Amino acid sequence: MDIAHLEATARKIRGKIIELSHKARTAHLGSSLSCTDLLVAAYWGTLKIDPKDSENPDRDRLIFSKGHAATTLYATLAEAGFFPQELLDTYAEPGSKLPEHPSVKCVPGVELATGSLGHGLSVGIGMALAGRIQKRSYRVFVVMSDGECNEGSVWEAAMFAPAQKLDNLVAIIDYNKWQATGRSNEIMALHPLKEKWEAFGWSTYELDGHDMKALVDTLRNVPDGSGKPVAIVAHTVKGKGVSFMEDDNNWHYRVPNAEEVEKAKVELQLV
Amino acid sequence: MRNEFAAELNEIAAEDERVVLLSGDIGNRLFDKYKDRFPERFYNCGVAEANMMSVAAGMAMSGLRPITYTITPFTTTRCFEQIRVDVCYHNVPVIIVGVGAGLSYAGNGATHHSCEDIALLRMLPNMTVICPGDAWEVRSAMRACLQQNGPAYIRMGKKGEPLVHQGMPEFEIGKGIVMRQGSDVCLLSTGNMLPNVLQAADELSKQGVSAQVVSFHTVKPLDGELLAQAFSQFGLVATIEEHSIIGGLGGAVAEWLSDRAPQKARLLRIGVADKFLHEAGEQEYAREYFGLTPEAIAHKTFQMYQTIAPQPVTA
Repeated sequence: MDIAHLEATARKIRGKIIELSHKARTAHLGSSLSCTDLLVAAYWGTLKIDPKDSENPDRDRLIFSKGHAATTLYATLAEAGFFPQELLDTYAEPGSKLPEHPSVKCVPGVELATGSLGHGLSVGIGMALAGRIQKRSYRVFVVMSDGECNEGSVWEAAMFAPAQKLDNLVAIIDYNKWQATGRSNEIMALHPLKEKWEAFGWSTYELDGHDMKALVDTLRNVPDGSGKPVAIVAHTVKGKGVSFMEDDNNWHYRVPNAEEVEKAKVELQLV
Repeated sequence: MRNEFAAELNEIAAEDERVVLLSGDIGNRLFDKYKDRFPERFYNCGVAEANMMSVAAGMAMSGLRPITYTITPFTTTRCFEQIRVDVCYHNVPVIIVGVGAGLSYAGNGATHHSCEDIALLRMLPNMTVICPGDAWEVRSAMRACLQQNGPAYIRMGKKGEPLVHQGMPEFEIGKGIVMRQGSDVCLLSTGNMLPNVLQAADELSKQGVSAQVVSFHTVKPLDGELLAQAFSQFGLVATIEEHSIIGGLGGAVAEWLSDRAPQKARLLRIGVADKFLHEAGEQEYAREYFGLTPEAIAHKTFQMYQTIAPQPVTA
């Protein structure tokens, strides 16, 4: 595994995400940048899925439950070869296949239409149980946001998966410490997040969500032998990769201007 | 209806290995046989209906045919957004079965009444809404829904309702079943009201009014052909349902009617008034309270029929 290549890929995808936000004038840039490394580690380092055979019933599934960060999913899938870059450039245009939140099967690789938070983990459980019933060995990865953990349905799912001993299921929480209008720990008592998942019966890991090697090593190790579903609390930085966006929640809604796009690309070593 | 649901489930699960049952922690003992035969295809999802519905959607996306089962308001209004987003938006074949339609569990209080579910679910794109009139229609509806490849809602009563069919009826989704021919008024019954509506037709007959009775089991898609015929043939068409007067079968037929040139027949909607029932009392009491007994149905129909009848009718 060439970690440097994955890191370069992540930088390239971040640049694309920033361009898309600028061009389409859409929000959630900070949320998109915080989870970029998670997706790169999953698609390039972990998932058994062929971009040219994306409906194969034995494929690993990745559910992108934090649908508001759709540009990360789209840019990742396009970079991985699920669909052409030209299609990516139509993002959010009237009539485009790529709305601001992923719609049903809008492009190959989108497993679930999301945007309303708190659905992905439960649907992932259904897929993981179906795999068990049908004796298929695929795994299901669900990428969630920390704000998403406000939703009660997340904790219904958190209690159900361990009861079913679903060791082919992984919840990855993009813990960037912010939600739309404030610090995620002040709005709801999320802390201690890892301990919460542990107490609910999950095999838990806590790591730096921008440490590509740690991510790949942990994701690849699923099932981890514990007989439990896996929860990964990934500590991330909202707006990661661009100094003037990092940990500044104004970038939940702000759209970068042309000058800011250029500055960001320089920082990402893309120009 | 629920015992026959469980019995039919055993048969269809034996015939179709894609069938999976998800229960919201109810049906104690009801599914013992099923669990013995198909332990890997039974999931008690606990008192967590939102999760249950999304789990079912995930299974349906993966090639299975999940059936969710719990008390009607909890498998409909409680998890409405999961039905909307995960089931209907994705257009996947989850069969949602609610037990305790309308006022079936009246004695448990308004938390357990379900008089809004038809309105809510029929509003959702891709959803089929079926309210079986007896246990035979429950069995038929399950089979018909499995033949489809999209979301469906089956709104059952409870247990021990009278049977109105002699066996599996000729059942087609979206096609009403004429139970009794008549010439003066047409009574469209949906769901567990059917036995009362048949009795109401008997009452009307004593008063000199000939009533046709239809088991209008599918509220979505509407049987437009049958409606067109009924509204052109009769002077009065009544809808009868154990559901709010707002948005159920009566509402659906009123919408259908408003999109057309004036028809011969007037529409009378009989259902549950737009209010909660705060008092104790079982289903019979609640039906009396809301005017859904055979006598009350006959009376309302007779009253309106008198205002439009070609010749005066005397009771």
